[in-house]
Amino acid sequence: MCCYGDFVALDRMTLDIPAGQFFVIVGPSGCGKTTLLRILAGLDQPSSGTIEISASGQDRPGNAMVFQGDSLFPWMTVWDNAAYGLKMRRAPPSQIQEAVSHYLDRTGLTRFAKLYPHQLSGGMRQRVSIARAFANDPDILLMDEPFSALDAQNRLLLQEELLRIWEEHRKTVVFITHSVDEAVILGDRIMVMTAQPGSLKTLVDVSLPRPRDIMELQREPAYGELVHNLWTSLREEVNRAKQQTEGG
Amino acid sequence: MSSIGLEPASARPVKRAPLLSNHTRERIIGIASPVVLLMLWEISARTGVIDVRFFPAPSAILSRMVSLLRSGSLERDTWLTLQRLFWGTLTGAVPGLVLGIAMGLNRTLRIMTEPLIAAIYPVPKSSIVPLVLLIFGLGESSKIFMVAIGVFFPVVINACTGVLGIDKIFLDVGRNYKAGRWNTFWTIALPGALPVIMTGVRLGIGMGLVLIAIAEMTGARNGLGFMMWNAWQTFSVEDMYVGLFAIALIGFVSTLALNELERLLMPWRFN
Repeated sequence: MCCYGDFVALDRMTLDIPAGQFFVIVGPSGCGKTTLLRILAGLDQPSSGTIEISASGQDRPGNAMVFQGDSLFPWMTVWDNAAYGLKMRRAPPSQIQEAVSHYLDRTGLTRFAKLYPHQLSGGMRQRVSIARAFANDPDILLMDEPFSALDAQNRLLLQEELLRIWEEHRKTVVFITHSVDEAVILGDRIMVMTAQPGSLKTLVDVSLPRPRDIMELQREPAYGELVHNLWTSLREEVNRAKQQTEGG
Repeated sequence: MSSIGLEPASARPVKRAPLLSNHTRERIIGIASPVVLLMLWEISARTGVIDVRFFPAPSAILSRMVSLLRSGSLERDTWLTLQRLFWGTLTGAVPGLVLGIAMGLNRTLRIMTEPLIAAIYPVPKSSIVPLVLLIFGLGESSKIFMVAIGVFFPVVINACTGVLGIDKIFLDVGRNYKAGRWNTFWTIALPGALPVIMTGVRLGIGMGLVLIAIAEMTGARNGLGFMMWNAWQTFSVEDMYVGLFAIALIGFVSTLALNELERLLMPWRFN
């Protein structure tokens, strides 16, 4: 599906993601998760294969990405960063005002609207990133391990916030993570990827009820069972990936 | 800039207060040392230790400066030089900025223009004064062009380097959020490269000051450069020192102005 020279990052993968689903991809490091997401985002081109995204038909962008790591523009305030997508597609000022203040409010950033990213903590910066993607109102939200750089406490808070915001609008999300817990907490459906070259290993439906409360969720036997099954499935691939890197 | 405190903030109130804080002492030394030097110079000139034909006493230079100011000639020459410097900086910096950023964003353009710039850059700018006078004549344009040349190269080189140094993730964000060429330039490349570009502008203005002095000495009937050259020809050494002082002052003031400009253009670096 995608190659750099002889290197096959992704191989023979067919999947359908219905509109409104929170789709999570887990896989060992280096399995091509990010490559898959970048192809979906239109940032990389697949060497073969097709991607079809049925547009909603409304006047909104196809996708918006929440990047891994710091992707806020240091030279823009929190407000201008969050408004970036809308400004780029020349949304009317009233719509920008409304959408940005709504999502800054939902992420608890209203007080910090005039600050610059370097004045914020890592968790707050990633909240701005999420607000920027949501405010742009895309058909699909792409998230590339958005919480991987955060400490455990902040990660939990942001997962809660993401659940809350997402459950209001139920946009299609493709979310990448290496954490099985995170996948079960957030996702409707989870795809486990094999070690490189990455391909589909299993699809698991998460039928835990929404709205979800993370603390309550973790007490449910069904949650523990799902995490266990997924981790068993993932562990083989992690071991294979480990052998690949250690074996040369 | 505040000094770096080793003790935690809470410890500050109980700090033993010396007679003068470090900061104040450093400021006093900073002001005192040139004053002492000037006094030594004055004494040496008056006692005949140094030759006043080459090193006239500061008081003599000062009184000459006052009379040149009264006649209005110093003001006129300074103003002319300042104007040439300003327009030259503008005509050099704007194309340098646009070309440099475009080079940083576009690989083909960079490959095309980089060898040209690398080949022309080392040519001493002062050596093309005769050619520039030949082409542009003795009017304002030759002086402005010389300054522009001096400013253009550091700006174009720094703008290109600055854009290439922008973290790739910002360009990805631009692409993902569908920023077109124009918006990529204004919202990503320009602000991202601005700190490096401003360093280029500083270097460029320094070079521009050198070149404006040379150009006015050889091809002008006014301006500070001409004033100094004329002073040599008429052997009025005080005039020469007044001109030197005025040029140094322009350099100093332009540094302060650039500091302010940076605060205005890059608020995120000062907050």
